[in-house]
Amino acid sequence: MAGLWRDKALIPLALFSVSYLAITLVVQNSYYQLILTLVPVWAVMGLSWNVLSGYSGLVSFGHAAFFGLGAYAVTIALVQFDITPWLGIPIGMVVGVIAAVVIGFPTFRLRGHYFALSMLAYPLALLYIFQWLGYQEVPLPMKREHPAFYMQFDDHRIYAALALGLMIVAILLSLMVERSRFGMSLLAIKQNEAAAEAAGIDTWKWKMRALMLSGAIAAAAGGFYAVVLLVVTPESVFGMLTSAQALIVTLFGGVGTVWGPVIGASILIPLSESLQAELGDKLPGIQGVVYGLAIILIILLAPEGIYWRVRDRLVRRRVAAPPSAPAQAVAAQPAVELPRRTLPAPVGGGTILELKGLSKSFGGLRAVQDVSFAVEQGMILGIIGPNGAGKTTLFNLLNGFLRADEGEVTFQGHRLLGLKPNRVCRLGIGRTFQVVRVFARMSVLQNVVVGAYVADRDDGRARALAQEALVRVGLAAQADAPAGALTNKQLRLLELARALAARPQLLLLDETLAGLGRGEIDELLEVLRSLRQDGTTVVIIEHTMHAMVRLADRFLVLDHGRVLASGLPSDVVEDPSVVEAYLGKKWLARARH
Amino acid sequence: MSGGEILLENFLQALTAGLLVGAIYGVMCVGLGLIFGVMRVINFAQGDFMMLGMYCSLYMIGGLGLQSLLGPYVAPFVGALLAGPVLFVGGYILHRYLVSRVTGIRAIGVEGEGHYAQLILTLGIALVLQNGGLILFGSEPRSVRSPLSSRAWELGPFVGDNVSVFLNQARGYSFLLAILIGLALYLFISRTRLGKTLRAAADNPTAAIYMGIDVDRAHRIAFALGTAITAIAGGLIAISNPFQPYAGLDFVIIMYAGVVLGGMGSILGAFWGGMTIGLVQQLSTLALSPQLQNAAIFGIFLLIVFLRPQGLFGRSAERT
Repeated sequence: MAGLWRDKALIPLALFSVSYLAITLVVQNSYYQLILTLVPVWAVMGLSWNVLSGYSGLVSFGHAAFFGLGAYAVTIALVQFDITPWLGIPIGMVVGVIAAVVIGFPTFRLRGHYFALSMLAYPLALLYIFQWLGYQEVPLPMKREHPAFYMQFDDHRIYAALALGLMIVAILLSLMVERSRFGMSLLAIKQNEAAAEAAGIDTWKWKMRALMLSGAIAAAAGGFYAVVLLVVTPESVFGMLTSAQALIVTLFGGVGTVWGPVIGASILIPLSESLQAELGDKLPGIQGVVYGLAIILIILLAPEGIYWRVRDRLVRRRVAAPPSAPAQAVAAQPAVELPRRTLPAPVGGGTILELKGLSKSFGGLRAVQDVSFAVEQGMILGIIGPNGAGKTTLFNLLNGFLRADEGEVTFQGHRLLGLKPNRVCRLGIGRTFQVVRVFARMSVLQNVVVGAYVADRDDGRARALAQEALVRVGLAAQADAPAGALTNKQLRLLELARALAARPQLLLLDETLAGLGRGEIDELLEVLRSLRQDGTTVVIIEHTMHAMVRLADRFLVLDHGRVLASGLPSDVVEDPSVVEAYLGKKWLARARH
Repeated sequence: MSGGEILLENFLQALTAGLLVGAIYGVMCVGLGLIFGVMRVINFAQGDFMMLGMYCSLYMIGGLGLQSLLGPYVAPFVGALLAGPVLFVGGYILHRYLVSRVTGIRAIGVEGEGHYAQLILTLGIALVLQNGGLILFGSEPRSVRSPLSSRAWELGPFVGDNVSVFLNQARGYSFLLAILIGLALYLFISRTRLGKTLRAAADNPTAAIYMGIDVDRAHRIAFALGTAITAIAGGLIAISNPFQPYAGLDFVIIMYAGVVLGGMGSILGAFWGGMTIGLVQQLSTLALSPQLQNAAIFGIFLLIVFLRPQGLFGRSAERT
């Protein structure tokens, strides 16, 4: 957080604020003053939407719920309890946070379409409830005696200045989110929620925090809006257009950046307000038509918004220039002194993981049946078996993606079953996926940094850990490349690095060698063997037998969800039942030679 | 009449009203369910297509002279049916030039399967239609007048000559039409080649492409057909309810509640979902004030989404 005051975004923010304030002071026309007040208000609303939907990718169509609650909190506080809006707005923000918790608890169980649709229902339900409560049209009383105390000013420029101040606070809050693990975690959730959870990100907690912050900011915008307009109706604060406006200014300006809502509001609000003023009598819906057309055009022409489109242009122009600063910074950054992990001394290779009678059924299919085995500290256990034997299901049970029907799993004295994936990761179990799950639009380094958050509370040290993990797997040169641009082998290494950055004691690797060429397999095997030397225990699922024989200390064979055999590789591959179920007679004949 | 009999009468009255309205809601939901099921696109503009269907029907009855041609009894229903083909063309064009740019094959492999862009685009279309409608049609509530709206069949009396139920005739005929449309659509989806194409494209667009199915065309037809069916439902609703350019907003949530209730992707389920919503809405008049009735629908919608996201009639959850 301390780094925020040296943030390079502060200079444009300061320049923007000063020039905006200057314009505000010069403008005399009260109608233009109102527009100058509304631009920051809707920018704040956009910033609020951006904190949740822009960063985490959970599209909300219901931000009017928070805006409206903020507006009504301020209004009711003033009308019924004579509480000044100076206090009313903070009260409204508290109401916004409470609403966020109440809404978030059930709604975060939903994803994608269902989340977006449910969010739509909240403000519309509130709209009808406030109508029913009899708050159809509530004017804010004029306070002639102490106008300033009640946030009422004859000079409308003061409102514009206050709105600007609110916007600056919202921008600073957003920057704090964007620059910290808060924002990175949300971005990771947006790209691949399951991978984020497995990498130790408490996805539910971060989403809830984002919604709470977002709700507070939106409520502040709503409360201030009520003060400016001096009248509140359910339609104007809970209506569809309010929610829509929040996302429209953001999408128009640019999603996932603090500048998006500011740019969007600065262009769209004056445009639609002046059209409304000029043509509103003759064409009553012109404002909505303009907004509608604006987002249709932006989706078709620049789906990520103006900011990103302009930035991409500028970056492309600079492509010929010498390597960008961040790349050098990564290379030149001095290795931070990292505390070594304090492992319990490997007492003659004690048991690190133990499964007892683990079972899981999907309807009639018994995917995992009564599986028991133990993994010794520091060994590499290879799990083999035909397709559909339950290998990946077993991993999903271990790391908490699935809930076991029966059985018990202990990892260093902790019971694993029932824990969420991020908790399992925190205990020291990392995993990779059969189908690679990376955060495609984040850089290679950022991907690994997300994995490192578990290992260190300090963002700077987490970054150092991530760099160390990248060096370890040999991806340091690609640190700044977007993960989506990597080859298959590099993606496998990236996943491995992300898991390693959390400093796990146990790694679950799901077909890490799948789809790789022989030379590439050798490279990966080298990395995996080096893990054992550090005392990291590995459980690996693999089909490539010739690689497995070279790597694993012990084999476990699964078939139809049951343990068919286990033991030393040389014994297991000779086991007649294993040969029959999995390897085939030819393999045995060849192996004997 | 005893208190118990009044209660019974009110209940039966609400129940029949719920069934009649429910069938129309069912057709409305089937239109959306078709689009959602085949394309997996949340279409915010669906309510506004319905609003367009209402105005389309109104202007055809008045402006095109259906009224003078067919008389006041038949004209409203023919007007509602004719709104279908008109909006079919509208939906077809809209998909061809706008919606297809962010859906279907173009959306496969895009971040979040392009949901982001789809939601925003249809929201934009909705805003343009609502507010454009305000400019074109004016904000004054309009209605399609039918002499049948003020006539009713009396069922009963039951229970010792005291309890009887009145069936509004306009609603009654709308109900029959709605049932026929639902049946025709069901036969189309389940029996015809085109219907099977739609289902294949819905089930797995990638696999459907490999099987030589033109997924974009299937989507276009589904979108146009879904638009048309919802517009017809709009025309039928317009016979009993006054409407204005923002009318779509009130119904879009009902539609989504019905579709989710029926199980997203199940077209027949959407009909039963809409029917259930109609029943709940009418039965809630027994206990709740009008504003809270709408809030109750949202409440039920949220409950369904939380408790059974696969829907009451659906079998499997959506792949998310």
